[in-house]
Formats: sequence, C-alpha cells, structure tokens
Amino acid sequence: MAFLNFLYKPKNELEQGGRTAAPVQQDQGEPEKICPNCRKSSPISQLWANQLTCACGYHFRMKARQRLPYLVDKHSFRELFTDITSGDPLLFPGYPGKLETAQTASGEQEAVLCGRAKISGQDCCLFFMEPTFMMGSMGSAVGERITRLFEYAAEQRLPVVGYTVSGGARMQEGLLSLMQMAKTSAAVKRHSDAGLLYITVLTDPTTGGVTASFAMEGDIILAEPGAMIGFAGARVIEQTTKKALPKGFQRAEFVLEHGFIDAIVPRSEQKQTIGCLLKMHNGGENHGSVRL
Amino acid sequence: MALSAYDRVKLARGGKRPTGLDYIRNLFTNFYEFHGDRRFGDDPAIVGGIAYLRNQPVTVIAIEKGHSAKERAARNFGAPNPEGYRKALRLMKQAEKFGRPVICFVDTSGAFCGIGAEERGQGQAIAENLLELSTLCVPVISILIGEGGSGGALALALADRVWMLSNAVYSVISPEGCASILWKDAAQAETAAASLKLTAEDAKSLGIVEEILSEKDLGSQSFYDSLQERLCEEIRTLSMETELLEKRYERFRMIGKCRRRE
Repeated sequence: MAFLNFLYKPKNELEQGGRTAAPVQQDQGEPEKICPNCRKSSPISQLWANQLTCACGYHFRMKARQRLPYLVDKHSFRELFTDITSGDPLLFPGYPGKLETAQTASGEQEAVLCGRAKISGQDCCLFFMEPTFMMGSMGSAVGERITRLFEYAAEQRLPVVGYTVSGGARMQEGLLSLMQMAKTSAAVKRHSDAGLLYITVLTDPTTGGVTASFAMEGDIILAEPGAMIGFAGARVIEQTTKKALPKGFQRAEFVLEHGFIDAIVPRSEQKQTIGCLLKMHNGGENHGSVRL
Repeated sequence: MALSAYDRVKLARGGKRPTGLDYIRNLFTNFYEFHGDRRFGDDPAIVGGIAYLRNQPVTVIAIEKGHSAKERAARNFGAPNPEGYRKALRLMKQAEKFGRPVICFVDTSGAFCGIGAEERGQGQAIAENLLELSTLCVPVISILIGEGGSGGALALALADRVWMLSNAVYSVISPEGCASILWKDAAQAETAAASLKLTAEDAKSLGIVEEILSEKDLGSQSFYDSLQERLCEEIRTLSMETELLEKRYERFRMIGKCRRRE
C-alpha cells in the first residue's frame, strides 16, 4: 500500500517525526512527569525549578512542607503544635490503619502543618494543609491545631496566612469533625475582632467543611490557578441535579468570576504578593493611622 | 427491641414527624414571617420571622421540609440554598439589634447540592453564619427536630444550647454517602450509621448536645406545652448569663478528641 502514502496525513506530532520541545538540561534517565493539562512531559528538575508548575501554567499539587522554601524567609520557620495528632475517638472501622498509612505516605503526623515565620521580613503565623494526608481532611487534630494557631496569633498580635487543600470534614471522626467547623470559625472571629489580618490561599482542591468554614473566612482570599473550590463535590451535584455542569465549574477562575475570591495568584508571585499585603497592613495589625 | 442507628435515620427522615412550621405554629403566637435575604432571593426551605414565646418576643428560624409531596417539592425537601442561610443570618443580626433571643429548628438532609448553590457561594454562606453566630450577642437555642445533615445543619446550630429530639440524627455525612465513599457500597449504610455515632445519645455523650427531648406524645399539645416551658426556662437562664459569648466559645472550644504525642 506504499503507493497510497501521498494520501496519508500525520495524525499527531510523533508521526511527523516528533515534537520539538525546548531543550532542557537533564540527567540521563531523569524521571519525567506528564502534565494533565497540556499532556507534555517535563523532567522533574525543571518542574521543581518552577515550583512544581508546568510551562503551560498548570499547578501540580504540592505537599505542605514543600511550600516553605518558596514562601518563608530562610531559617525563619518555627513549627507549632506538633504534639497534637489524631486518635480514633469513635473506634471507627479501619481508621487507625488509614491514619498509619497517611502518616507513612505523607511523612507528616497530621493533615495540617502550623507554625510562625517571616515572609519578606514580616512576622506571621502560617498553616498549610497536607494533600497526601487523607486529602487534608479535617478531624479533631486539624481543628485543634488551627484553633490554637488563631488563638496564638491573637495573643501575639500576628496575622495568619493559611493554605487550604481539603476534601472536607474527616468522616471517621463523625460529629467531632463537623464541630471543628464551628470551633475554628469561632477562633477566626476572635482573631478578626482583635483587628488582625487573615489571608487564605485556596489550593486544589478546597471543598466541603473546610470551604464552609475557615477557607472562606479570610479578609483576603487568594487562590491558585485552576484550583477546584466548592462546597459539594461535582459528581454529587451532577447526580442530584441531573444537569450538565457549566464549563470550568468550581475552578478558581469560575469562583473569581462569581465574586467569592479576591484574586488568583500563581505560585511564582505568591511570596511577593503575600509579603506586600502583609506590609500594607502594617504587619497585619490595624493601627488606624494616616501616614501622609 | 432497641432501635438501631439506621432505624433512627429512617425515623428522622420519615414524613410523619412535625416539621419546622408545626413547631412555630404550636409553640409561639403572633408569628410574622419575614422573607428574603436582600441579596438574591427568598429560600422556601428556611422560614424565619418574629413571634411571641408566651410574652417574650423572639426570632424564630426553621428549616421546613413540608409534609405532602407537593409541599416537599415546594420546600426543596428542606435543602437550603445560600440565600436561605443569608436570610437566617439577616434575621439573627436583627435579633441582636433588638435584643431578642433566637430559636432555631433544624431539619435538613444537608445544604442543597446544586449548580446555582455553588455559583452563589454555598460554602461562603455557611462559613459566614458560623463566623457571625459565634459572637451574636443574644441567647441562641437550636433544636434538631429530624435530620441534622452536616454543615447545612450546623449553620443554624452554633448555639448556646443545642437540643435533640430522641429520634433525630446529627451527622457529618449521610450513612449512604459515607458507605459509598469508604466501602464503595451504599448498601453498607447500616454499618456506616452505627459507626458515625449520629444518634441523640451519641451526640450527648460526645458533649455536642445538652439535652435529649423525649418523643413521647410527639406532636401533641402536651408535647408542645412542655417544650414551651423548657424554652422559657432556658431563655431566662441564658438572659441572666453575663459571660454568654465566653461560654459559647468554650462550648465549642472543648469539642474534639486528639492524641497527645510525646
């Protein structure tokens, strides 16, 4: 059939002889990661050089501790409340095993990392939720750590910067998890009533009981590009309403358009943006003074 | 025979129980219903307004499921949209302004899961209620009269006193939802219901509700009379409380069980 070759059109870049990707400095045999957005494969070192973002703008999920070097000033982070971890208060089937797996998989003791640090020289309290620990679900320990952080920040008169990523309340702790929404919200309110600043950065995915509590309670709410942000899961909504979901539903851009977040800030600009916002709030405290 | 947790779930969902409006009609007089959130619309799943509890003006807010199939559809099966929570918050802030106690009746399988609900910020609406209720300067009593479905119920239950009817349930997720997520099998809802600890006794032993209200003669005049008496008594106690907000904070601050690592 070779004589029919003139009718043949290449179906993809590979059949054309391969795509011409930008040359990258790469170790031989270095592992690569495929971007779920543009389908291009990039060497891990290149992704890390861009804070785990693809050249197309896609933000890969990032572990809590991995964010530290990109955000806080060198050697300034001091971790807090490491002694608080999850028990199995309801003796829920399979929960202790899940906790153990999560601890091994994530290298963390709990689904949120709290501490204080400096960002661009500004003192602040910080929390980062951990996607690889039961998808950042909130049980008693997460609620307790966050509540303590806001109480500590109010006492020390510090602003709070919080990165959220969560599947919602941790059902293995039943009602105790649900009540963490009330507990954390009350602590956020006290911190807020003390005139202190709270900035949240919503990352992929922020859903359920975390969206319906401290994620949406920031004075300033930022989000990472493309992050899924919502209360109910998209699949549940589709099943309940039997309607096709609009394009880009529950993505950060959609949520911005509907007026529920202040801005979308890519990872590369977060340190500078947050540092500047902290400065513009006098380190996060209302002094009520005019400086003209 | 003792009822299983899942029997309680079925009872709580059953269409024969008194709904929010039944409580409003039987416990209060001069009820004036106030509509709308002043932002987007009026949610028929949440009914609110002012009324007399004996001779005390109060703000009353109830999630209403409806009785007949037609009523249920009109009330969206008691699944509130963001505008319902915003209406509730508006009426609570009004109660604060005029020094009226707030009484909430909670009965929902959960906040509505819909496209519009997400577009109008379901999560933000619930979060704002939690934030504001935590420092609302008037006594708040919430009564779970049927289903207490997750954040959608909690948005009206961050209160000084939370009471539960003996067959009401209060849960972070429906037993079916829990079973299908954890075991990929909604048929295991029975096991999930038992594991989730969602009955009134469970909630009381976890320190989440103060009181369980007996369902003996549920819906009868004597049932409403004794509930009215309890509400009056509790409002008297709460209105003499000088550290109302401090105690409300502590009430929720205490909840949760962690392990302390060395």
